[in-house]
Amino acid sequence: MDFSLLVIQTLNGLQLGLLLFLVASGLTLVFGILDFVNLAHGSLYMLGAFFCATLTYAFGNFLLAVIVSLPIVAILGLVLERVLARPLYMRDHLDHVLGTFGAILVIDTLVHLIWGPEGIQVPLPDWLQGQVPLGGDVIVPTFRLLIIGSGLGAAGLLFWLVNYTRLGMLIRTGASNRTMVSALGINIEMLFALVFALGAALAGLAGMLIAPITEAAIGMGNNIIITAFVVIIVGGIGSMKGAFIAALMIGLIDTLGRSFLDDIFKLAMSTEAAETSAPAVSAMLIYIIMAAVLAVRPQGLFPPKVR
Amino acid sequence: MTRKSLITLVVMALLAILPPVFYWTGNAFYLDLATRLTILAIAAVSLNLILGYGGMISFGHAAYLGLGAYAVGIPAFHWLYDGIGDWATNGLIHIGIAVAVSAIFALITGAICLRTRGVYFIMITMAFAQMVYYLIVSIEHYGGDDGLVIDTRSELPLLNLDNPLHLFGLAYVSLVVAMLLVNMIVNSRFGMVLQAAKGNNERTVTLGFNTYLYRLTAYVISGAMAGYAGALLGNFTTFISPEMMDWRASGELMFMVILGGATTIGGPVLGAAAFILLEEVLVDTLGWLESPLHSLLGTEVELSNFWHLPFGLLLIVIVLYVRGGLMGLLGRGED
Repeated sequence: MDFSLLVIQTLNGLQLGLLLFLVASGLTLVFGILDFVNLAHGSLYMLGAFFCATLTYAFGNFLLAVIVSLPIVAILGLVLERVLARPLYMRDHLDHVLGTFGAILVIDTLVHLIWGPEGIQVPLPDWLQGQVPLGGDVIVPTFRLLIIGSGLGAAGLLFWLVNYTRLGMLIRTGASNRTMVSALGINIEMLFALVFALGAALAGLAGMLIAPITEAAIGMGNNIIITAFVVIIVGGIGSMKGAFIAALMIGLIDTLGRSFLDDIFKLAMSTEAAETSAPAVSAMLIYIIMAAVLAVRPQGLFPPKVR
Repeated sequence: MTRKSLITLVVMALLAILPPVFYWTGNAFYLDLATRLTILAIAAVSLNLILGYGGMISFGHAAYLGLGAYAVGIPAFHWLYDGIGDWATNGLIHIGIAVAVSAIFALITGAICLRTRGVYFIMITMAFAQMVYYLIVSIEHYGGDDGLVIDTRSELPLLNLDNPLHLFGLAYVSLVVAMLLVNMIVNSRFGMVLQAAKGNNERTVTLGFNTYLYRLTAYVISGAMAGYAGALLGNFTTFISPEMMDWRASGELMFMVILGGATTIGGPVLGAAAFILLEEVLVDTLGWLESPLHSLLGTEVELSNFWHLPFGLLLIVIVLYVRGGLMGLLGRGED
């Protein structure tokens, strides 16, 4: 196991963790406050990537595309809330799951109709394509550092918004007692719609940030949403702090597991056995962690105090 | 006889008569459609036991279909390439493995999942199914995500599963047995406790029932039944891939149960039938629209790829407006 690879993979894990947090935070906000299970949250992540791709080609500028795509995805989130989520708030979770499952089918097919079946590459501006030496053999692509930076920035902004602003206060009270909030004259429907749009923008941002690395592709949201579910289950559904810690944990464990598990296994078993079993175990690693956490704490690591 | 049982009988009678008739009149395709429908109906009936009667919203039921199918495919694979004994093509052994592996998987994951409630349960069942999915994807020996061709179907006494009529007959009889079994379970003392725990868990616990064990037992029975359906599905498709245990497949099974009507014996069958036929009609209609659109627009359009769009919209409309599913709609005014 060489040290510079460890550093690089740790940074990659951190990057995955922060992207997961951007997706999971919206999921946990919407669930914690609206009590709504949104499977279609991954579709917003995908839509973010596709809008960003198209606008990058239109403007010839990636950052401008991100800035314009964010409100677009937020508005699409509002539409989803108005059309599908609002009529379902008072129903049980099964209806939420089925309704948003239908929405995934619709959105995936619409994306296929509009953008075609192929994925879309997102070109980066020159100044983001370089690599940054971090001492020793460690060289990291600039863009990955940008992802980590903007992920941390978004997390910080969200933390400030929820804990130190009037809107954040309303969001927190809405999570603990929505009847009381609306009795105090707050427009709860508006608050719900705002929370939904905020979650949509965060998921969209994650999609925009990953698009230049992978590409904007149909079904990309369906892969990350399951991992985001694992994150909020481990963190405790409805808890922002839990989502953050669990996202980093899952991101790091998944990335490091995939690259180093065979080396670790080789300490205990034959090379051949390690090389066959390590990919299988590392593919299941985060689910094994989830099972272990739940076996000890069924409500997740940091369950929110209320509800 | 109630209207719902009448509907169930009519559906089962049609399902028994129509497919062979289609087959004998030269429309073998419709027999295949019916076989797929029947096999998925078994899985839907098993899901209904926990989702409908038990109130356990499992979003990972397709995993058992996959486990059951691989229980046929993996022994057949070793029989062909490693020359292990002929027992490896024995259908009774395949079914035994399918049921046992599914039951054990259901026992282990169920023991963890059932410690949680509500939305946690939905997500955890989904995550465990996804775990199996990724496990199969990562085992390249069995084809990974490219899947695995099953070169030889299960060998059963008296039956030849290469004959589509035999395979359909087996699936149909299995479906009837599954429905009778679930009917017997939910009307037994065990089933009453299960339904009571769904209605009010605290009260049932206070009455002295260990509802956790009741739920877990139902969960294991349901998983084993779905694993059996998976073994049939493997024999039907003769090709298995992780795709069949994707979470979309689990969502589709849930939709079948809800579309037909949960907590009814015939509902899941009606739902599976409506689902498969709807898929077929949508693909056909869109495909039929392709050539007029081609002459109109001057470009090739492959519409049949887009059947998910009307399908998804319909799913949303049904969730929003049709409570109780088709069974509730057709058998209105009862229960």
